[in-house]
Amino acid sequence: MTDLRTAARDDPRERVAGSSPAARSATTTEAPPGAFAVATDGLTKRFRSGQVAVDHVDLAVPRGAVYGFLGPNGSGKTTTIRMLLGLVRPTSGQAWVLGHPVPQAAGRVLPHVGALVEGPGFQPYLSGRANLARVDAADATTDPRTLARRTDEALERVGLAAAADKRFRQYSLGMKQRLGLAAALLRPRALLVLDEPTNGLDPQGTREVRHLVRELAADGTTVLVSSHLLTEIEQVCSHIGIMSGGRLVRQGRRTDIADPAQARVEVDTVPAHVVRAAEVLAALGLPEVRVAGDRVGAALGATDPARVTAALVGAGVDVAALAVRRPTLEQVFVELTGEGFDVAR
Amino acid sequence: MSRADAPGALLEPGTGYGDLPPAPALRGSLARLLVAELRLVLGRRRNQALLGGLALVPLVLGLVVRLTQDSALRDQGPGFIGEVTGNGLFLVVASVFVCLPFLLPLCIGIASGDAIAGEAATGTLRYLLVVPVGRSRLLLVKAVGALVFAATAVAGIAAVALVTGAAFFGVAPLTLLSGDVVPVGDGLLRVLGVVLYVGLSFIGLVAVGLFFSTLTEVPVGAMAATVVVPVVSTVLDSLPQLSAIHPVLLTHHWFDFAEFLRIEIGWDVLASGLGLQAAWALVFGALAWSRFTTADVTS
Ligand SMILES: Nc1ncnc2c1ncn2[C@@H]1O[C@H](COP(=O)(O)OP(=O)(O)O)[C@@H](O)[C@H]1O
Ligand SMILES: [Mg+2]
Repeated sequence: MTDLRTAARDDPRERVAGSSPAARSATTTEAPPGAFAVATDGLTKRFRSGQVAVDHVDLAVPRGAVYGFLGPNGSGKTTTIRMLLGLVRPTSGQAWVLGHPVPQAAGRVLPHVGALVEGPGFQPYLSGRANLARVDAADATTDPRTLARRTDEALERVGLAAAADKRFRQYSLGMKQRLGLAAALLRPRALLVLDEPTNGLDPQGTREVRHLVRELAADGTTVLVSSHLLTEIEQVCSHIGIMSGGRLVRQGRRTDIADPAQARVEVDTVPAHVVRAAEVLAALGLPEVRVAGDRVGAALGATDPARVTAALVGAGVDVAALAVRRPTLEQVFVELTGEGFDVAR
Repeated sequence: MSRADAPGALLEPGTGYGDLPPAPALRGSLARLLVAELRLVLGRRRNQALLGGLALVPLVLGLVVRLTQDSALRDQGPGFIGEVTGNGLFLVVASVFVCLPFLLPLCIGIASGDAIAGEAATGTLRYLLVVPVGRSRLLLVKAVGALVFAATAVAGIAAVALVTGAAFFGVAPLTLLSGDVVPVGDGLLRVLGVVLYVGLSFIGLVAVGLFFSTLTEVPVGAMAATVVVPVVSTVLDSLPQLSAIHPVLLTHHWFDFAEFLRIEIGWDVLASGLGLQAAWALVFGALAWSRFTTADVTS
């Protein structure tokens, strides 16, 4: 699986990770470069049941990124996030959040991290506002005198101001989710970790969450957002990591994930010119030339499509249509994680 | 929000995240968390119902004694209760005596077994921990919350009993177990001693409940396990074959509060009772701490 892992191209840490064992162990004793809001090295969690929920994951979330943490149900996203937040102790490997090792420096780091983990959790018999006050009372670093203002701003931001004084018990699933987001926004954060924030939201609510994430990212906040549904968050992500069966099977810039090197060129022509067209493509050095009816295709690689057009026209081939097809992110996702409703394990 | 005070802007480019903006703990933050916890514990309907139910015991007891004092039933029931008609102060002792074997352990077991497991079940535990609240600090605050609940329960019974007793039967010089009589002031102090001792006798149970509470995400399980402990302890304490272990049983010294009703109070007896509670609190407090500070929170 290692060969599938591609990191952000300009990612200095990745050049170290995965190379010599010495280089790897060096990263476990000193924090990786400060460019990463989240970094992990060989992060692994084996539960007492024997289940390996997270298997040698090397996350690299650049600061300022919106990192989409994708994977089917049971692929280990939540467990990874719990380790980043100091809730679960790794079996092996190390994690750094905002440049500090966790769980060792969790107390120092977590005030700067807002989190939503596996759904919201609040006291059912308290109102939304009272619940936020309780969370804030637990924060040793926030000033109670500014609580009312911060609460109002957070509730306003997630569109829950009107229902602030209702009991949590009476909230709909979407309202509960919003209150969870409000709690994460009670104070300015350098990093937001949002585990499945769109769960239980209607399409409108999902759009609002995406909008919120965009807004926060524009303010400079790094966002790590997980989802089992690619389409719900894909559009807002600058980076993507794909989990499958506890492993991080691919990671990098969103635009690099759907690997441009895998693009194919496809030419529609007349039956009489099919053979000649195939010869032209082969002569250009393009591999995997295939013919299907009137259509001739080949892997494009780094070749400029304009050169292909010129060569075809130069050889007198009637070109009815020429298209460059790149695999979509969705195709990559499905290819890496499988398709259908079954959980991985 | 302007760019300058945006969270990302706090972090100078190039310096990386190694230099987080300082977020020092403010003075009084522990007190703030404690107040929030006490409001949660004492503001919760279920706990209020438990406390209210306990406070009804002296009221009902007083009424029953009052209504039957002239009938043939008057001399039935335990000794303390018979004394109540002559002196309202005895209603305090009688009420505590009636609640001590089961009602008080039940209510205190519920509150302390719920402490951590209840937070796990509602999903609030993980959010408190990522705020972050240190695990030792959270356990301490939870312990204080459960102890305050226990103290409130005992004090509530005593207060209602004192008022009811005084109203129904008046307050008179206290007749001790030996038949000697001490003045009202002295009697009041002795009754206060009884209440204080009974209250402190629950420290061990609270620690046991707290420990069970760290073991599970199912509060009812922790509560049931906690309530079973004093019941089993009482049973074991009644088996003479096991006299060797009697001195360390949680409930062995619970009824020693009667020392306050002797002419010479056996302070050494009371001290060994409190020492036993301290030992249970220490052992189970340490177990709860070592479990809670290392456990994976997957709730
Ligand atoms: N406390 C636990 N004990 C044992 N196995 C667990 C526990 N929590 C999660 N798992 C297992 O770990 C795997 C990953 O779970 P999770 O991290 O919740 O996945 P995701 O968030 O991607 O849906 C699953 O197979 C799940 O059954
Ligand atoms: Mg999950």
